[in-house]
Amino acid sequence: MLKFLIEKEFRQIRRNKFLPRMVIGMPIFALLLFPLVANFSIKNINLTVVDNSHTPYSQRLIHKVAASGYFRLVNVAADYEAALYDVEQDISDIILEIPPRFEENLVNEQSADVLIAANSVNGMKGGLSSMYLSGIVQDFSNEVREEWVQTGTALKAPSMEIVPMYRFNPFLEYKYTMVPAIMMMMLAMITGFLPALNIVNEKEKGTIEQLNVTPVGKFQLIISKLTPYWLIGFIVLTISFIVAWVFYGMVSVGGYATIYLFSAVFVLAFSGFGLVISNYASSIQQAMFMMFFFVITFIFLSGLYTPVSSMPGWTQIISRISPLRYMVEVLRSVFLKGSTFFELKWHFMALCSFALFFNAWAVVSYRKRT
Amino acid sequence: MTKEKIIIAEHLTKNFGHFTAVDDISFEVERGEIFGFLGANGAGKTTAMRILCGLSNPTSGKAMVAGYDVATKPEFVKKNIGYMSQKFALYEDLQVWENIRLYAGIYGMKDKDIAVKTEELLLKLGLANERNTLVEALPLGWKQKLAFSVAIFHEPAIVFLDEPTGGVDPVTRRTFWEMIYEAADRGITVFVTTHYMDEAEYCNRVSIMVDGRIDALDTPENLKRNYQAKNMQEVFYHLAGKSTRKAD
Amino acid sequence: MHQFLAFVKKEFHHILRDRWTMVILLVLPILMLILFGYAISTEVKNTKIAVVDPSKDVVTNAIVEKFKVNEYFTVAAYVGDFQQVEALFNSGDIKMVLVFSENFHENLMHKGGAQIEIITDGSDPNSAKAMQGYASSIIADYQQELFNITKVPYQIKPNVRLLYNPTMKGAYNFVPGVMGMILMLICAMMTSISIAREKETGTMEILLVSPLKPVYIIFSKTIPYFILSLVNLTTILLLSVFVLKVPVAGSLFALITISLVYIFVALSLGLLISSIVSTQQIALLISGMVLMLPIIMLSGMMFPVENMPVILQWFSEIIPTKWYIIAVKKIMIKGLGFAAIYKEMAVLAGMGILLTIVSLKKFKFRLE
Repeated sequence: MLKFLIEKEFRQIRRNKFLPRMVIGMPIFALLLFPLVANFSIKNINLTVVDNSHTPYSQRLIHKVAASGYFRLVNVAADYEAALYDVEQDISDIILEIPPRFEENLVNEQSADVLIAANSVNGMKGGLSSMYLSGIVQDFSNEVREEWVQTGTALKAPSMEIVPMYRFNPFLEYKYTMVPAIMMMMLAMITGFLPALNIVNEKEKGTIEQLNVTPVGKFQLIISKLTPYWLIGFIVLTISFIVAWVFYGMVSVGGYATIYLFSAVFVLAFSGFGLVISNYASSIQQAMFMMFFFVITFIFLSGLYTPVSSMPGWTQIISRISPLRYMVEVLRSVFLKGSTFFELKWHFMALCSFALFFNAWAVVSYRKRT
Repeated sequence: MTKEKIIIAEHLTKNFGHFTAVDDISFEVERGEIFGFLGANGAGKTTAMRILCGLSNPTSGKAMVAGYDVATKPEFVKKNIGYMSQKFALYEDLQVWENIRLYAGIYGMKDKDIAVKTEELLLKLGLANERNTLVEALPLGWKQKLAFSVAIFHEPAIVFLDEPTGGVDPVTRRTFWEMIYEAADRGITVFVTTHYMDEAEYCNRVSIMVDGRIDALDTPENLKRNYQAKNMQEVFYHLAGKSTRKAD
Repeated sequence: MHQFLAFVKKEFHHILRDRWTMVILLVLPILMLILFGYAISTEVKNTKIAVVDPSKDVVTNAIVEKFKVNEYFTVAAYVGDFQQVEALFNSGDIKMVLVFSENFHENLMHKGGAQIEIITDGSDPNSAKAMQGYASSIIADYQQELFNITKVPYQIKPNVRLLYNPTMKGAYNFVPGVMGMILMLICAMMTSISIAREKETGTMEILLVSPLKPVYIIFSKTIPYFILSLVNLTTILLLSVFVLKVPVAGSLFALITISLVYIFVALSLGLLISSIVSTQQIALLISGMVLMLPIIMLSGMMFPVENMPVILQWFSEIIPTKWYIIAVKKIMIKGLGFAAIYKEMAVLAGMGILLTIVSLKKFKFRLE
């Protein structure tokens, strides 16, 4: 009996004009577009300078900042008010104000202050850009000191060298973190939404009733609904890998077998979840909204875009119920770091539990009889 | 010799909250009968039929269909029945032969048998050329005949038809009923709901539901005699006129 | 007028009857706000670090102590050599290693060549940079303390002022984006689906034979979603202010005005979509793919527009949500008023009018 049901599901998918194109098109589209868009690097920071000092040294400082590559000098304002207007209108992101007696203070009192005011609506950007600018000012401070303090072999100031290095991704390319994230997102969306819509569609058309009146068992029905999407999951994953290789030159450090194995379980879990939703929804609209609701939550809680470790405690606990979280970690670990199955065995256990849980729920919540 | 009772309903009741859709109905249907289940819209016919098919749980009362209790053994019931709903419920995006194959397989027929019987059926229905046509492309009358044929493809003991001739012209309705007669001749009991009163004349026996109750159950001839009516239409007006329930 | 109200009432009934969708529409913004406000933070906290310290002297201990005390870091391991570090990195247990050079204190004070390597797990560049940044500033702090103690001459000290959001709360950046998205979702997506549904079930024709002008029928369909979006706007603002502590620093009146204009634009987008589709599924797909996806990606609600390739930046100019978000940030977070948002107001109003005219034209064409 199962054979006939599965046959029917596949036939319907093939007949569908939209589905096959979407399954192939969406991953490609997302993988090409998202990395272009999802670039959080802090660069080309627009700077407005207020120079109340007009001395060679203030000029030097300004030049140093402008030449640093981080900042783009967009305006020189007459006073702080004018500079603030720039920030209000998003013409610039940060202000450097050099006070009137800058050079005199430095010479006479051996210290001078400058003001850095950064637009912190985006807290991260504000924080980091002010840090960069501070760093440049301090560098300048050290330069000036070297020029002015002529001492012999004794060190003018105790200074340590900080050497930043990056593991696994030496040039901090975003694609290494984005591409796996997008792959997972596509996999989740496609294998989650489609089964959900499937059953609801049959409900709306009335064909589900025809099935309910036959001896088809709940278990068989659910399996027949799962199977095609399971296969689609593999297709989506393979397409993603190909795009990653062709367009980004990214190849999995840890090989692909492990990833496929984990994905097999993950798709089972996620599709099961989609089927659960479709059992409770009575219209396509409802199903779409419910899925959207949950998928958004899962995506954001899974560490796709922001690390789980920086979430507050209670959120981290909730993120444990997102199967995506485990899969993302697995994908990143295997793809980027070459982790093995055994290093990730707890993740496998977790995913298996999810698959069992959601599919059992799907079978139980399917009503052949009202 | 009494014929086997293929449907036995005893004090069947279905409540939805405070609303009693099916109100303590009791009746029997014999094997091979064409049993018409009449009533106005909202009288409770479809609800009652859904209970008999195992699609809905009765609130109280009992029903035995094909020898099994619908409340406790619905899956056994389903093995022995066929069903055709108002919406026809064939898969529009599957071809004619694919639909036949699916349902035949679900009811346990073997591949070889399915292939052979499919060809026979297509010839009989005159759909041999439409084998590979998508169901959504078929005209309404053909869909209807196909749906019925699929419902009895596995030769069930009973076939339930829920308003099968809705929206179709009288000629097509007549040919459809010929198919029903043929099935009944083969021993398939036909349980059909309809609100076309002329179709009532085609049935062996007829029951008329009003406000959830069965107000009349007999052969068409007897009903016409008892209510001094020229046709079933008049019988119906007489009974349904007393109805207090409006269709929703 | 009486007829118009009757139609509006009917629309409300449709919506109220679909309980699940209603619930989700009202709960979704709350959920998103809480998600974005609390859970998602581009701040990187509780980074587990390991320390490789061959010197173990006063200075290195002092520096490590500063890391221990700092809430962004947890010193998880003292490691003797580098091999162990590899293993820790691989299993993901630690994300950063501090490696001090030998004879640190001596080199620092007398000879030069004191070096700290900060090795960060670069799998996620965002976090990596943030972690580096924090680590550098902790060390820079220590450096400054050292300067003060050793009385280093000729210091130029930067005073840093973080404008509008001194505590660097992530919510400030996200809340306007969530507002933009939710309002568009409700007004454009739901309206278009609702009208498409009527077309699909054929009830549209029934409506059209009523004595009410088609234009009014269409408008009657937008009213309930307008009200729904006002409810959501209020909920979002209340939540932002009282739960997420993102205040409305500027003119509330300006905020409401620009929101109304934006809602107008969103509703007219919904009308436009529904005028060109014939089934719910297509309405859903178009609103989803052609509308929501570009909005999420290009409006600046999640990804900074200034970092995108130029073509995409141009694209982002025609997305109404982008203008709305800029205006909301100006009002809510920068504390400005009407005068500052005249540009956004004009652009949005223009978009709204244009879209309305186009969709009405399309409707007239279709209906006649």
